[in-house]
Amino acid sequence: MKLKTSLFVAVVTGAMALASTAIAQDQIKIGVSYPTPTHAWAAGMNWHAEQAEARLEALYPDVDLILVNSPDPGAQASAIEDLVSVHQIDALVVLPFESEPLTDPVLNVKKTGALITVVDRGLSLPGIEDIYVAGNNPELGRVSAQYMKTRLKEGDNIVVLRGIPTIIDNERFDAFMAEMEGSGVNILDHKHANWNRDDGFEVMQDFLSRFPDIDAVWAQDDDIAIGVVAALKQAGRDGDGMFVVGGAGMKETIKGIMDGETLVPVDVLYPPAMIATAMDVTVAAFKSNGPVSGRYILGATLITPENAASFYFPDSPF
Amino acid sequence: MSDSATTTESKSWLSSVDFKTLGPAIALILLCVVGFLLNSAFLSEGNITNLLTRSAFIGIIAIGATFVITAGGIDLSVGSMAAVIAGVMIIVMNSAVEIMGTGVATVLLGCGVSVILGVGAGWANGFLTTKGKIEAFIVTLGTMGIFRSLVTYFADGGTLSLDYGIRETYRPVYYEAFFGLPVPVWVFIFVSIAGWVLLNRTAFGRYCTAIGSSESVARYSAIKVDRIKTWTYVIQGLCVAMATIIYVPRLGSASSTTGVLWELEAIAAVIIGGTVLKGGYGRIGGTILGALILTTIGNILNFTDMISNYLNGTMQGLIIIIAVWLQRADWGKKSKPKS
Repeated sequence: MKLKTSLFVAVVTGAMALASTAIAQDQIKIGVSYPTPTHAWAAGMNWHAEQAEARLEALYPDVDLILVNSPDPGAQASAIEDLVSVHQIDALVVLPFESEPLTDPVLNVKKTGALITVVDRGLSLPGIEDIYVAGNNPELGRVSAQYMKTRLKEGDNIVVLRGIPTIIDNERFDAFMAEMEGSGVNILDHKHANWNRDDGFEVMQDFLSRFPDIDAVWAQDDDIAIGVVAALKQAGRDGDGMFVVGGAGMKETIKGIMDGETLVPVDVLYPPAMIATAMDVTVAAFKSNGPVSGRYILGATLITPENAASFYFPDSPF
Repeated sequence: MSDSATTTESKSWLSSVDFKTLGPAIALILLCVVGFLLNSAFLSEGNITNLLTRSAFIGIIAIGATFVITAGGIDLSVGSMAAVIAGVMIIVMNSAVEIMGTGVATVLLGCGVSVILGVGAGWANGFLTTKGKIEAFIVTLGTMGIFRSLVTYFADGGTLSLDYGIRETYRPVYYEAFFGLPVPVWVFIFVSIAGWVLLNRTAFGRYCTAIGSSESVARYSAIKVDRIKTWTYVIQGLCVAMATIIYVPRLGSASSTTGVLWELEAIAAVIIGGTVLKGGYGRIGGTILGALILTTIGNILNFTDMISNYLNGTMQGLIIIIAVWLQRADWGKKSKPKS
């Protein structure tokens, strides 16, 4: 019993000594973990993370941001373990690949006393994160529907192209449908186009063959919208007043809005830059004299020709 | 003599129908009937044209795959290969704009690059399989990963987009029609005829079949097994290049999501068409029908809202299995004593 206690004391003292050396280095180490950029939105996120890293490290010489990306949930869990064991991070900014498999690894980081910032996708247990930064999926659906209602009247027809069958897609779609209810606008059908240009093109071709009268398309995503526009142009139905609403904030789409494009007149923001917001807030937790923990839900802003310029990043890959 | 022949024929006319060959055709006709019943717009000229044009990509790739599979090989890299070829074509054409302008010359340069890359990649797959003595499954699984990550790298994780000027020049290759049929359909027809002749009317085709049935027997029969097998991968690469040439003008872009799972679709088209997965028997005509069946399934699912969106994969799986069963089942032969 005595031996056990003294062992425990020794371990604790050792841990405290280690912790104090970490402090003695006088560096605030922040690990930033997110999925490998294998599609356009994630590539944009990667770009914004790198921009934020350069900006914050220049601003605060004692802040060290360590960016790590991982190709799957298992690899991300290992990467997070390495951030703790190798870098002994003081804070973790994490965009989890999937909620379930990453909850435990993040919980373990929390036990080391590090500050936890979770981005976009939540974890399965409440209360792990100190800061939560996310886009607003239901709001994206709602804002899109509100815009549709300003342009359409009772009896008009729309078709919906959804993403990959996931919670994110359901949240957007359900909020859109709830907002459209009672407007008198007919939703002819909805199909999954998997946030993909090719699928957007094919699904829209089939919708055009099937429905002779379509007044608007909710493509939910800018990549899908590109396929939809190509299908409309091919069928020669791009000139009859039909319009397409995508989402996310792809630079080409925003450029089009700035140029006064009528086929895709607006976009709804779901910014890949949210990782930069999360990094800013996390650094602020160490540098600000005000409290920063809490939830930061970014607005699903409607991007119009008037405000497009402030969302345009021509150097980003997205 | 002739009498008895006619009686046998009339008795079991069902067995005289070659279901092995007609299976895929029957499946396709059934699908078209279902499509028409769901919505008469299914048989509209526009929809049929869309269907044929869409089938061209998988169809052309699957014709190449027919050679590889007939000779007992497999190529899992075709989807990634198409993506990386499309990406490099776009990079080359975009950077050629300053010197060569946005005219036909630039597009031809892009097509040339595509063919060289396709043949090169196919040769690499073939060489590693035959001279490197590595299983085709492993070689092409490896190159699948290499090609996929290369296109992600070239695109910086995002999307490579073709210059708008070239797009105008190149656009007709996907969207224009020639004697009423879109250009991709013509390419599909041309590749199909060439593939059929090569497989059924040349020594090369017979060698492929022989190697697929038994590689060692083929070797003892003085067939240059390694060379023929390498050629099948080169043909596959060339087919991927052709498919990519007609794919790029569609949306003028390539990303890491381009061509995902095309390899499995191509293999499925080949198998639905009656080619034997373990080699030794190949059918180009069947492959073409297989590609058409796969595209038609997707099209029909977009034409109806009766089936939950989440069950699309289930319907596709069921129809593929039924199509193959139609062709394998011993129709009407059960009544006949086995000889």
